[in-house]
Amino acid sequence: MGLRKVAVVGAGMTKFVRRAQETAKELSYQATHMALQSCELSMDDVEAVCLGTAPDSFDGIHMNGEYLSDGAGAWRKPYMRSYVGGGTGVFVPIQGWYHVASGLFDVVLVVAEEKMSSYYPHAQAAFLTIFDHTTERPLKPNLLWIFALEMNRYMSAYGIAKEDIARVSVQHKRNAADHPAALLGDADITVEDVLNSEVLAWPVQRFDVSPVSDGAVAIVLAAEHVAKRITDKPVWIEGVGWSLDTAHWTNRDLVYPRYVEYAARMAYEMAGVKEPRKEIHIAEPYDPFDYKALHHLEGLQLAERGQAPQLYIDGVAARDGDMPVCPSGGLLGVGNPIAAAGLMKIAELFWQLRGEAGARQVPGQPRRGLAQAWGDLMQVGTVVIMGR
Amino acid sequence: MTANNQNLPGTPLSEKDFEEGNILFNYDDLRGDFAWDTGVAIGSYLQGFKDGVILGARCSTCRKIVVPPRTVCEWCFHPMDEYVPLQNTGTVNTFSLCYVTWDVQRITEPEIPAVIEIDGASSLHGIMHLLSEVDPQKVHIGMRVQAVWKPVDERQGAVTDILYFKPIEEV
Repeated sequence: MGLRKVAVVGAGMTKFVRRAQETAKELSYQATHMALQSCELSMDDVEAVCLGTAPDSFDGIHMNGEYLSDGAGAWRKPYMRSYVGGGTGVFVPIQGWYHVASGLFDVVLVVAEEKMSSYYPHAQAAFLTIFDHTTERPLKPNLLWIFALEMNRYMSAYGIAKEDIARVSVQHKRNAADHPAALLGDADITVEDVLNSEVLAWPVQRFDVSPVSDGAVAIVLAAEHVAKRITDKPVWIEGVGWSLDTAHWTNRDLVYPRYVEYAARMAYEMAGVKEPRKEIHIAEPYDPFDYKALHHLEGLQLAERGQAPQLYIDGVAARDGDMPVCPSGGLLGVGNPIAAAGLMKIAELFWQLRGEAGARQVPGQPRRGLAQAWGDLMQVGTVVIMGR
Repeated sequence: MTANNQNLPGTPLSEKDFEEGNILFNYDDLRGDFAWDTGVAIGSYLQGFKDGVILGARCSTCRKIVVPPRTVCEWCFHPMDEYVPLQNTGTVNTFSLCYVTWDVQRITEPEIPAVIEIDGASSLHGIMHLLSEVDPQKVHIGMRVQAVWKPVDERQGAVTDILYFKPIEEV
């Protein structure tokens, strides 16, 4: 395709917290500053900036991208904010990737930020506006409905037990206990704790759900000739993919995320991955709810339909398993500041593939990883494959 | 980096910091008023609700019947201008027992949102609505249900003209 190779050369992030004292701009700056420091670049080296942040309704600010631009170092530079709901965090590095792969820029900064706590007292009500104003909102839906409806459909179609879904939450929250940014890391949580947690919208219980959070993540992308001067451990973006399904979500079977499959196939083809289950060494599927990680592993072709729970039962998904899933701790454990949560997965692959993930390090010198996010009205899949 | 950087930026606050005034904050109750016209396809759909009829749209190319109706077929991108009446009945595709309202108030009697595949529409084509007049523990996927309409003179041409769906008595 005549595309240039693009590497991730630096990454930084803030803690993920329920309410941050720092403003959205301040969080963006902290993550950006750390990312630039990590690869010893300055803002003068950055040629363009991509920013991801989710609905303006959280912040109560229209044109939130422009508002956040100074914290992201975007002034007097080509700058663009992208937004595909929860999929944003893995879409914004794709946007940065094509800025560099196309030859337009050599060094691009990618920032993802979310400050959900400004919607007071709870961000839940802001989600009401994602539903159709005429055909759905008069029923007073809440965001939990769509997850509960999808989870029930998924469980019932394959006869999956709640215990087997709860294992996902347990493993991710335990993994997160080793992440210095984590909001809900818990080394001692058990399946019983999840099953005994408050029923919010059956089959969804409290510990099936990731927390509302504030936080920011930034990465630095560079073209090959620059990356090789900056670091001897570049992590290459080998494949990207994204796909959108119909917004008429009650007109398709929720049991399988076909749009995730399309996004994954696009990324696998670009990366030359023919047997994903052998060639992907670390998976960071999007896990805002525990069943979603399973649902996405199936869409990503990393498990047969209805068989993803077995990866957790057999220990394949464990940090020291054959294909570790969410060694970061995921959204369930580290937290879910929406756009930042997706980019956290990219940063995790960067650290894991460089062998810099500390207590979270996956053994065996993994060579290739995949991060995926999901969003809008259960309709978008975004995938990035990274390798060293 | 995170291996050797345990001291990441970001300062957690709690609800108390707001309540006790430990931090400064600015509160504003933003309001936006909107009037959404229903458009061509949904306008027809809701006009049908006034008459106690659920309308679908048929694509003459794909031969799919979708609900709610729309003006373009998303699969073949041909116009969809044939609206056909569907049945008042359907099958529960999936459901939830929800103990939290949209603004996070706890409730003891669950709301039962469901996706209901409407009889007469193509397979797996449904709408989101609520179930009622049913023991929550007895709701199941595959359950047959029928629409319960508001009295004719109270209908407004809104999705809430269907109060809810209830189980069809099994004979």
